[in-house]
Amino acid sequence: MSGALLEVDGVSVSFDGFKAINALSFNIYKGELRAIIGPNGAGKTTFMDIITGKTRPDEGDVRWGEDNISLLNKSESDIACLGIGRKFQKPTVFEDQSVKDNLTMALKNKRSPLAVLFYQRNDEDQQKVAELAADIGLLEQLARRAGDLSHGQKQWLEIGMLLAQDPQLLLVDEPAAGMTVDERNHTVALLKKAAKSRAVVVVEHDMDFIRNLECKVIVLHEGSVLAEGSLDHVTKDQTVVDVYLGR
Amino acid sequence: MKGPLTLFLLKHPSALIFLSILALFTLLVSLGSEALGSGFISTSFIKTLGKTLCFCLIAIAMDLVWGYCGILSLGHFAFFGLGGYMIGMWLMYERTRLIVVEAAQQAPLPLSAQEIQDAIGTQIFGVVGGADFPLIWGFSHLLSVQLLLILLVPGLLALIFGWLAFRSRVTGVYLSILTQAMTLALSLYLFQNDSGLRGNNGLSGLQNLPGHEQTPQALISLWFFWASAFALGLGYLLLKLIVESKMGNVIRAIRDDEARVRFLGYHVETYKLFIFTLTAILAAIAGALYYPQAGIINPAEMAPIASIYLAVWVAIGGRGRLYGAVIGAAFVSLLSSWFTGGQAPDIALGSYSIKWVDWWQVLLGVSFVAVTLYAPKGIGGLFDHFDKGAEK
Repeated sequence: MSGALLEVDGVSVSFDGFKAINALSFNIYKGELRAIIGPNGAGKTTFMDIITGKTRPDEGDVRWGEDNISLLNKSESDIACLGIGRKFQKPTVFEDQSVKDNLTMALKNKRSPLAVLFYQRNDEDQQKVAELAADIGLLEQLARRAGDLSHGQKQWLEIGMLLAQDPQLLLVDEPAAGMTVDERNHTVALLKKAAKSRAVVVVEHDMDFIRNLECKVIVLHEGSVLAEGSLDHVTKDQTVVDVYLGR
Repeated sequence: MKGPLTLFLLKHPSALIFLSILALFTLLVSLGSEALGSGFISTSFIKTLGKTLCFCLIAIAMDLVWGYCGILSLGHFAFFGLGGYMIGMWLMYERTRLIVVEAAQQAPLPLSAQEIQDAIGTQIFGVVGGADFPLIWGFSHLLSVQLLLILLVPGLLALIFGWLAFRSRVTGVYLSILTQAMTLALSLYLFQNDSGLRGNNGLSGLQNLPGHEQTPQALISLWFFWASAFALGLGYLLLKLIVESKMGNVIRAIRDDEARVRFLGYHVETYKLFIFTLTAILAAIAGALYYPQAGIINPAEMAPIASIYLAVWVAIGGRGRLYGAVIGAAFVSLLSSWFTGGQAPDIALGSYSIKWVDWWQVLLGVSFVAVTLYAPKGIGGLFDHFDKGAEK
C-alpha cells in the first residue's frame, strides 16, 4: 500500500514483563541501506528475531512485499524463502564443511528434501559460487574447511551465503565485530555493493563503521524508535546524546 | 562409457573398498560353509555372521540419523523388532498351516477350511490361551503383504512419531528420552498376552522356511547370510549416495546448527522426518533379515537397552563415517557374543575371579567412555585416509 518492502507496524513484545520492543513502527523500502543503532538492550536483535520468525510479537504486524503478506505466522524457513536473509552477530557458518559447500547450500535453489537429494552439481551453480567467492575474497579458499578460516573470513563467508540466497532484504547483525580496519573497509564495500540491488539493514555499535556506510540511521531505545535520519542528524539530537551518555 | 554409479564409486573409493571387502567376505564364508564348501565354518557360526551383517545394516542407518543428522535416536531397535515381527507372522502362519494340512491328510475324515483355520489358530495362540486370529494377522497368509508391511508398519510409526516430535522442536536429550519411551512402550505392549503377537512368548520357529522342509538348515542359513550381505551392500551404497549428495551437506548442517539452516530457508523438520523415517525402514529390513536367522523374536528384543547398544556400536566405530558404523557393530557385537557366550577365559584374582559374562558390560561401558573422551573418531577413524568425505 505504501510501496514499502517491509512494514513493521506497532509491534510490541515482552519477556517476563520486560518490554523488549514497544510499539515499534517503521518501513524499509526497496534498495535501501539502513543502519540501526542503539544502546545495549534497545531491542536491536529482538527486532531481527521478530522479522525472521524466531520470536512472535505480542501485538502488531509485520508485512512483507507488494502483496503485504503478514510474516507473523510463517516459519523461519518460509520467511527465508520469501527473500529475507539474516546474518548473525556471531559468525555462524558450517565449520565442518568446505567454503564451497557452504555457499552451494545457500544458493537460491529448490529447498525440498527430494529436490536436494537429486540435486546435480552443475556449471551454472559452480560459476555463481565462484563469483560470490570472488566478491567476498575467498576464491582461493573454496576447498578449505570453513572452520579453518579466520574470524573476518568467516564473517564474509556468512555475508556471501546471504548473497547466495539472493534475498530482497538482508538483515546484518554486527558485521564488523572483531574485525581489523582493512577487514572493516572490505565489509563496508561488500554491504554497499549488496545494497545496490536489495535492501540492507545493518545493526552495529561501531560509529565509524556506520559513518562509512553513509546511510540513514534509526536509533532504537527501549524498544522504540528514538530518532531517525542521517548519522550527523541523529548524533546532534539531544535525546540520543542523553541515552548514549546515560543521562 | 562409464555410468554415473561407476563414476561415483571411483570418486569415493571407500565405498568401492567396502563393497569389495563385503563381496570377498561373502565368498570366503560361502566356501567355508557346511552347505557348499569345506565345512570349516559351522552353520551356527554362519547364522552369527549373517546376524552380524544385519546389525551392521541397522548401524549404518543409526549413523545416518545420529552421526550425520545429529538425531540421537535411542529407539531404532523398535523398528528392527517390528520388521522381525512382520516377517515372523508369515513364517509362523505358513509353517503352522503346512503342518496342520499335513496332519489333516492322516485324519480319517477330511477337515473343512474353517477347521484347518481353527487348528492353525489353536496351534499359534494356544500358548496365550486363545484360538482366534487377531485382526493384525489378517494378511499373515500372504507373503507379499507381510513383506510390504515390513516397510509400512515401522515406516508409519516413525513418520507419526517423528512428525509429532520434530514439529514441536523436541531436540537433543529430550528427543532421545522420547525415543526410549517409544521403544519401551512398544515392548511393554507386546509383552501383553492380548497384544495379538503371543505376548512374552513371541514368535518362534522362524528359522524354518515354509515349503523348504527338506532343505538343510546349513543351506537356508547360507541363503539368509547372502540376503543379509546383499542388503548391507545395497544399504551402504544408498546411504553413501545420500551423504555425498547435497542432502548430506544439509543434514550435517542441521546436526551442527539447525537454527542457522532454518534461516537459509530449509525446512529442518521435513529433513529430519525424512531421515528418521528412512532409517527406520532400513532398520526394519535389517530386523526382517535378522529374526529368521535368530529363529525367535520376543518383546524383550525391543527393550530400551538394545537401542542404547546400537548407539554404543556406532560411537565405538566412529560416527559420521558409514564404515565406522559397520566396524563398530561387527566388532562389538561379535566380541559381545564371545564374552557372553562363556568362551572368554575367566581371570582368577585370588579369592575373586573375573567372570566375563558379568564383566563384559563393564568393559563395554569403559570402552564407550574412553572412545567418547579420547578417540571421538572411533575405530573407523583409523581408516579415514581411504575416504575424503569423512569428518576431519
